[in-house]
Amino acid sequence: MSSNVSAEIIELNFAYDKRPVLQGINMRFPKGKLIAIMGLSGCGKTTLLRHIGGALKPTKGCVKVAGQVIHELDSAGLYAMRRKMGMLFQFGALFTDMSVYDNVAFQMREHTELPEELIHDLVMMKLNAVGLRGTQNLMPAELSGGMARRVALARTVALDPMLIMYDEPFAGLDPISLTVVGNLIRSLNDALGATSIIVTHDIQESLKIVDYVYFMSNGVIEAEGTPEEIRASSKEFVHQFVHGEMDGPVPFHYPGGDYRQDLNLG
Amino acid sequence: MPVAKTIKGIGNRVINAVWRIGMATRFFFLTLLYSGSSFRRFHLIIKELFSTGVMSLIIIIVAGLFVGMVLGLQGYETLKRYGSESALGVMVALGLVRELGPVVAALLFASRAGSAMTAEIGLMKATEQISAMEMMAVNPIARIIAPRFWAGVISMPLLAALFSAVGIFGGYFVGVVQIGVDEGSFWSQMQAAVDFREDILNGVIKSLVFGVAVTVIALYEGYDAPPTAEGVSGATTRTVVTSSLVILMLDFVLTAMMFGGK
Repeated sequence: MSSNVSAEIIELNFAYDKRPVLQGINMRFPKGKLIAIMGLSGCGKTTLLRHIGGALKPTKGCVKVAGQVIHELDSAGLYAMRRKMGMLFQFGALFTDMSVYDNVAFQMREHTELPEELIHDLVMMKLNAVGLRGTQNLMPAELSGGMARRVALARTVALDPMLIMYDEPFAGLDPISLTVVGNLIRSLNDALGATSIIVTHDIQESLKIVDYVYFMSNGVIEAEGTPEEIRASSKEFVHQFVHGEMDGPVPFHYPGGDYRQDLNLG
Repeated sequence: MPVAKTIKGIGNRVINAVWRIGMATRFFFLTLLYSGSSFRRFHLIIKELFSTGVMSLIIIIVAGLFVGMVLGLQGYETLKRYGSESALGVMVALGLVRELGPVVAALLFASRAGSAMTAEIGLMKATEQISAMEMMAVNPIARIIAPRFWAGVISMPLLAALFSAVGIFGGYFVGVVQIGVDEGSFWSQMQAAVDFREDILNGVIKSLVFGVAVTVIALYEGYDAPPTAEGVSGATTRTVVTSSLVILMLDFVLTAMMFGGK
């Protein structure tokens, strides 16, 4: 793996029991880039992200982060690697028994010996970066969906990770929050000099901010390219996905028996 | 074949039950293994002591008072037949310290604190808080489970002792204040007959064992709950049912070991 690549997926295969979920996936995530992995719900995007985080072991192939094969790391090695990573979960996954301040300070207190005064300043800077300095004393239940996602973003980048993963960061957001979160993902990635991987099916918002896109369907990569290439793609699957068409390679109807028979028409 | 299907079904349930017992045992040992950081950061245990112990105080005190009052009333009615009303204090105290204190307090603890622990951990899992913690390189067993476990183990004997103390006061209120049993004999016979090691220490040991059992069951059920609304509600129900049965079963075993055949 060359030094300008943060993470790499090589011939990755994974199956739940005997049902294949990922088949022969190859991806590269160069340093400083923001890369989207798109596809329909259930196509294996989140499973892929779980492999990068070391939560799942591949049946074949491997994931390399900072030159190290993730599934070969022991428990201590994996935890050391995860300190270099950040992950934003679909609905934020804020700790509901802690205030906004304590959520953002959580990793600093767990992994560093920093004095509380310094932690305070760092938390304020992180919250300020997402525009929510004034929410420090609120509890997660008092935040709107968009605010919770931004606080989770501040928590994700608390220790300045080199690799940031986003699992459906735009799900369930109103248009303003969507733009705010999208811009924050881009600006934080550039400010930290990190590499970001966004798993999403929100095509319009992600094409505005990412550098490269991988399209997945049924566990394989269907297409890849820059946002311009994706918009101009003549591939049927990509065209249907980008334009949100009802029918195409992804059929409207789930496979079933004869319709006339189901209606008892003989 | 319906018979074969039934046998297969029973077999599957037995295998599943044995599997769960094994996993819960492994979970218990992992909790012990990762308990070090909880004691280094004792404020984590203190925070949980508040939600498991302090928040259970009302139910324990009220229940203890009424159980003691019933004991006083029933005990008086029985002892009166043999002209032994003066032994009411002994009967109330031994009944509470040896049996009812640890057992009823543990049953109440399972319903109040155990169910809350399961629901909280289950919901943390369903809302990906536990996964988030793992991704932050923080071991959830060390950070979430161990402090709750030790809070449960510490709270249980204290709650049982409080239950017994309040219960004795309930018995005193009914027996001495209301019915008119002699106050001197109520207390002096109790003082003479209740042995510290035989009765009080054994009661404390019982409540400690119940505390470990209830807390492990509650935490394991929450940690193992399917991450859905139905999964968490099922796990909460299982915590109360399993804990109650385990408390009663352990009570018999411990009573047989402590007092059996003497």
